[in-house]
Amino acid sequence: MPLDRDPADRTYKVVGHRHNRPDGIDKVTGRAKFGADLAAPGLLHGRILRSPHAHARIKSIDTSKALALEGVKAIVTAADFPDHPQVLEDGELTNIRYNVMAREKALYDGHAVAAVAASNPRIAAKALKLIEVDYEVLPHVVDVELAMKDDAPILHDHIRTEGMEDAPDCPTNVAERIELGYGDVEAGFAEADVVIERQFRTGAAHQGYIEPHACLANISGDGSGDLWCCTQGQFMVRDVCAQLNGMDVSKLRVTPSEIGGGFGGKTTVFIEPVAVALSRKAGKPVKIVMNRGEVFRATGPTASSAIWVKMGCKRDGTITAAQAELKYQGGAFPGSPVSMGAMTAFACYQPKTLKAIGWDVVTNRPKQAAYRAPGAPMAAFAVESIVEELAHTIGMDPVDFRLKNAATSGSKSAYGPTYSDIGLVETLEAVKAHPNYAIKLGPNQGRGVASGFWFNFGGQTAVTLNLNIDGTVALSVGTPDIGGSRASMCAMAAEELGIPYHHVQTIIADTGSLGFNDVTDGSRVTFASGLATIEAARNAAKVLCERAAKIWGIPADAVTWENGCAVPAGPNAGEFPPMTIKELAKKAGETGGPIAGHFEVSADGAGPSFATHLVDAEVDRETGRITILRYLIVQDAGKAVSPAYVEGQMQGGAVQGIGWALNEEYIYNDKGVMENPGFLDYRVPVASDLPMIDTQIVEVPNPGHPYGVRGVGETSIVPPLGAVANAVAAAVGARPEELPMSPPRLLKLMKEQAQPLAAE
Amino acid sequence: MSQVHVTTKINGDSTEYLCDADETLLDVLRDRLQMTGSKEGCGTGDCGACTIILDGRPVCSCLVLGAEAEGRSVETIEGMANGEELHPLQRHFLNGAALQCGICTPGILVAAKALLAQNANPSETEIRYWLAGNLCRCTGYDKIIRAVQSAAAEMRGETHAA
Repeated sequence: MPLDRDPADRTYKVVGHRHNRPDGIDKVTGRAKFGADLAAPGLLHGRILRSPHAHARIKSIDTSKALALEGVKAIVTAADFPDHPQVLEDGELTNIRYNVMAREKALYDGHAVAAVAASNPRIAAKALKLIEVDYEVLPHVVDVELAMKDDAPILHDHIRTEGMEDAPDCPTNVAERIELGYGDVEAGFAEADVVIERQFRTGAAHQGYIEPHACLANISGDGSGDLWCCTQGQFMVRDVCAQLNGMDVSKLRVTPSEIGGGFGGKTTVFIEPVAVALSRKAGKPVKIVMNRGEVFRATGPTASSAIWVKMGCKRDGTITAAQAELKYQGGAFPGSPVSMGAMTAFACYQPKTLKAIGWDVVTNRPKQAAYRAPGAPMAAFAVESIVEELAHTIGMDPVDFRLKNAATSGSKSAYGPTYSDIGLVETLEAVKAHPNYAIKLGPNQGRGVASGFWFNFGGQTAVTLNLNIDGTVALSVGTPDIGGSRASMCAMAAEELGIPYHHVQTIIADTGSLGFNDVTDGSRVTFASGLATIEAARNAAKVLCERAAKIWGIPADAVTWENGCAVPAGPNAGEFPPMTIKELAKKAGETGGPIAGHFEVSADGAGPSFATHLVDAEVDRETGRITILRYLIVQDAGKAVSPAYVEGQMQGGAVQGIGWALNEEYIYNDKGVMENPGFLDYRVPVASDLPMIDTQIVEVPNPGHPYGVRGVGETSIVPPLGAVANAVAAAVGARPEELPMSPPRLLKLMKEQAQPLAAE
Repeated sequence: MSQVHVTTKINGDSTEYLCDADETLLDVLRDRLQMTGSKEGCGTGDCGACTIILDGRPVCSCLVLGAEAEGRSVETIEGMANGEELHPLQRHFLNGAALQCGICTPGILVAAKALLAQNANPSETEIRYWLAGNLCRCTGYDKIIRAVQSAAAEMRGETHAA
């Protein structure tokens, strides 16, 4: 669905203006229903027993004492998730089944081994202590590079390295090798005047949504049922839960609750199939709510990484060669986002030659899940660190250096395809022109710049729009609203139909009420559900015109839709006063029945989003504390449908990136047990850590969307790691190679290298 | 195990309930009284999503036992608006896009209300430190701080209602 027309000529009545979100009142009054907020008559409470070991063979599980406890109604283990053919045919589904309930071996600290349903949560907790599991503890590995060694403890006997022709036929933790690039990098380095290489490491960060996973399953005696849960994709939950439990997909209806943050972490299932199994076994509704420790130990943080980057440039700034080797561990199952790391690493630039190799590695950690631009922030941290260093080394302004090499509209991307219209150059120029770029810094202060890229995604999308009897509109979309998307859908439908914003009410439909939708991911919702909403509204307008034509007794193509009314298309069509949407809605029954529009699509043309961030940081040389003094985000939104929520996405992503850069990481002890599974010790940024976050929206219309919209949710977390590292490097005269830059690491860095870098 | 009988005042209304001796006030509010506006994000007093006002002081209701509410006064998010009329903080959060997912919002609103009750004109730094015990993962706090500032200004009579 291409851009309608030159956006400069277009004026919007609703889109781009500031409106209050339809879910807002409920959220400021406590009425909004989140995952844990539902109850049901006869409700049972589920709890999950988790492995205390990083790697252990499960020799036996004895549930008899727990079952004998008064109030315990059902217990499930891996035996309750048998080998249904549809599971075994699908490798990822098989992995999810193993992840939601350990079979044969527990693969990480926190891996589920059994689950109990009891009449209240306190009895369920007591019952867990009565389940006897006989473990044989096995050697474990949690570090990505140690897991790649020949003598590393092996998690899965069946894994062989994909993507390597000469891979030995023996078990390994290296699930895949990928490679991409073009040209001869050795020749590129030979052409360079300056070559810099470094080895970087990043810790595993968690999405840190404040709402723990929660669900309520209610399966009837006939095997059909309902599931309520907080998720980024109700259709995904339905399909996975039904298949793991051997149900027809049509038998399970999933209703998404309000979602208390996801950031990618709620694009898969953990407790939902277990609640379905418990409810079926107990014959009663079962609610499972994770506690925070379970969220950290047993859901999906992002990958930790070891990344080597080498880049070369000429004295004039031209990047002649870019090379990277990325090693990502994605926890106990294959699927780390290393390929996205490799593809995004150099996507902001046009190096003359390029080579990137990625390794997907399994370790005894929880199965990673998507986290906002999965795989990209850590790669950008490494690349942006080297880019900054190259610029300083040749004595070039770091923004000018990026401008010299920036990807532009129509240029070929580092990962293959040719870019359509993109806005990287515009973000760089805006940063350079911003007052923050000229503020004079004091002692122990440093300034850092970094750019970032994310692909954005379209995906399968279905939308239905129904006209109500009073001319208002009921819009059903299938993509859970994680950042205010319902407001944007209302705005786009209202814009198309020429009606006020508050005449459209948008709901997130359950799986029984709408066609399939991919999960809310890839920054796709405002783009794809928006595109489908516009098209559904246009289909409804077409029906409205047909109805007016019928009333007027003229051909349907002699009527057009303008400003919320059907009007004769031209002087030859006849003289009729405009007929409003309200009049047509009232007459729907006499003119052909209910008036609706719908649209189903696999949306293409998402259009990538670029951002450039500028940060000033101050270092306390005595304590190693880093203070963010000021922070500026400039990002291309294509067309900001709801500017305040676009700013919110930019600010939220940047602050998550700041947390990843400064404090957040999974810390394991020598037994492979996570030592900081709580918000006290896994420290996300709090209000007193931060300054105001300045934002500037750039609008380079995406040619793949009628209004020029492109996704904005994920790009914002890509630059901060590199931007903060560059600011700290400038402040202390030593380059951080390991994230997070926690005080002990920074003190060590300053002690070992406390001198001005050669060129910085 | 016999249950504890508690008589307390919640949002101005006298309320009685039975609870287990080891049951938190948060669980009582949510599971027994169906007041699910207060949220559990951690259960250990680290995230502030369950913030309520107990005898005038903001506390994490996950760290208070249901039995401890005996004879005291509890204020929750459900009591913040006056019928259809939103509290200025609620209105400014809504108009200022100071919420995204909304899970932390009730706790932050209650905590901010307690702040403004004792300091009508807090500085940005004072607001940031007061709210340091209330985690928000969506917004980066910028719009939250601004909403508290603008609500405070309105409550001081310096600006018109937003």
